[in-house]
Amino acid sequence: MTDAIIFKNVTKRYGTATVLNNLSFSIKEGKITTILGFSGAGKSTLMKHILGLTIPTEGQITSLGVNMNDLDELGLREFRRNFGMVFQYAALFDNLTAYENVAFPLREFTKLKDAKIREKVDDLLEAVELVPESWHRLPSELSGGMRKRVGLARALALEPRVMLYDEPTSGLDPISTQVVCDLIVDTAKRNADKKLTSLIISHDVRASLRISDFIMFLERGSIVEYCTVEEFRESNNPTIRRFLEL
Amino acid sequence: MTFLQTYVEAFGAYILGGLSGLGRFTQFTGKVFFWGAKPPFRVRLLIEQLFFIGNKSLFIVGLTSLFSGMVFALQMYLGVSAINMDSIVGPIVAISLAKELAPVFAGLVVAGRCGSAMAAQIGSMKVTEQLDALEVMGINPHQYLAVPRVLGATLSMPMLCAVFMLVGNFGSWLTGVHILGIDEVMYFQKLSDFMRLGHVAEGLIKAGCFGFLIGLIGSYHGFEVSGGAEGVGRGTNLAVVWGMVTVLVSDYFISSFLTKIL
Ligand SMILES: Nc1ncnc2c1ncn2[C@@H]1O[C@H](COP(=O)(O)OP(=O)(O)OP(=O)(O)O)[C@@H](O)[C@H]1O
Ligand SMILES: [Mg+2]
Repeated sequence: MTDAIIFKNVTKRYGTATVLNNLSFSIKEGKITTILGFSGAGKSTLMKHILGLTIPTEGQITSLGVNMNDLDELGLREFRRNFGMVFQYAALFDNLTAYENVAFPLREFTKLKDAKIREKVDDLLEAVELVPESWHRLPSELSGGMRKRVGLARALALEPRVMLYDEPTSGLDPISTQVVCDLIVDTAKRNADKKLTSLIISHDVRASLRISDFIMFLERGSIVEYCTVEEFRESNNPTIRRFLEL
Repeated sequence: MTFLQTYVEAFGAYILGGLSGLGRFTQFTGKVFFWGAKPPFRVRLLIEQLFFIGNKSLFIVGLTSLFSGMVFALQMYLGVSAINMDSIVGPIVAISLAKELAPVFAGLVVAGRCGSAMAAQIGSMKVTEQLDALEVMGINPHQYLAVPRVLGATLSMPMLCAVFMLVGNFGSWLTGVHILGIDEVMYFQKLSDFMRLGHVAEGLIKAGCFGFLIGLIGSYHGFEVSGGAEGVGRGTNLAVVWGMVTVLVSDYFISSFLTKIL
């Protein structure tokens, strides 16, 4: 099994506050990994490092075989196209319809003809099971769950090698949570041949245990536990036990 | 002692806050120039902004200019008719409009209508992570959002200013000739005697400068937004206030420079 992302002694400080504390780990290619942790543990910061939106104070990150320190501003922008990100509140462009949101990255970054783009967007929206009545609505006219689906379709448009999900299930009702979880797993399965790596940030223990292959538990910038789901369930660490019993 | 200390400290914090804001604004301006010079040049977004700014302000510019021209003609007439020079009303109003009233008033309208809208649009995109979404896709938000707005405001302000001059002069003619009874032939005679192309050029150039500043300030306050819907409201407010203040303050400096070279 190869590694998609490798952190080597990564530390991030803001002023005197250490947000990530000497982290070394690797994320397995083609698997679903969830980063769990309480608020302020450094989960979002960690994800920003993976995208090169933030630069580590110390240490080195190798992502998809590229040393991030070697990339300049433009290289970094190119590089980010290997990633699809689903934001907590979808972050759809609110002046564009659901359909146009999904078409956006295709129009920006490919030279595909209009007909070809239409075909691709249709496929993507069908894959995330958005009802066709909603395709040409603005984000403000969609429910939270629908927006997430559109966000997922948009993130998948450029066929990324890594999918990043920021709190994909927070703020959703149990049914929608179930649906989004299924979508994440389906997406991973459908792209298994391309070895799509999924990385999820979450508070939602139950959902994470159900869908992940690996779980990393982060507390105050340090890794408390990083193991398979089965091992995680059996963990004796008191913090994790507390988290599991929530 | 502690009383004095509190005030000195508060004053110091205020100055420091202002300075760091100025620093960030300068940095922002640098980014806009940097990314504005880099391809891709998004012509469609620029055209959208031109339409947006024109759409938002054309009616108000038309209305304010008509009545500014009318009231200015009326007041001038009251002043100069006492010395039997009422036909001079035409050029006085025209020159005032060209050099000051048109660019400044159009600037105030655009700052109020468009500077605020820019801050609101970009700010709400920021708090809903849409800027992050652009960034993650590899699109620079400064290039995608700020550059077309700054350029759009810079280009549309001279056009709005020209409209202001035209309609303003129409208002002046309406009041002067048709209400106050100034002789129409003399009105136009004096107009052509005193008007210079330089006057119009000064106004148009100034309008462009104001547009540039309004676009920068509106976008900057959008990018600076933090903390939810409330933050967006605050940013919008700042964009209007600083946009208007900047138009009035920079007016003096730009004018003193332009009157030397034109
Ligand atoms: N740009 C920044 N400047 C200063 N401190 C920051 C910055 N970004 C994050 N932090 C700090 O880093 C810590 C971790 O933040 P982070 O957003 O990574 O937490 P999180 O685990 O994602 O929390 P949550 O679950 O609430 O989203 C917090 O204490 C936060 O205040
Ligand atoms: Mg977070």
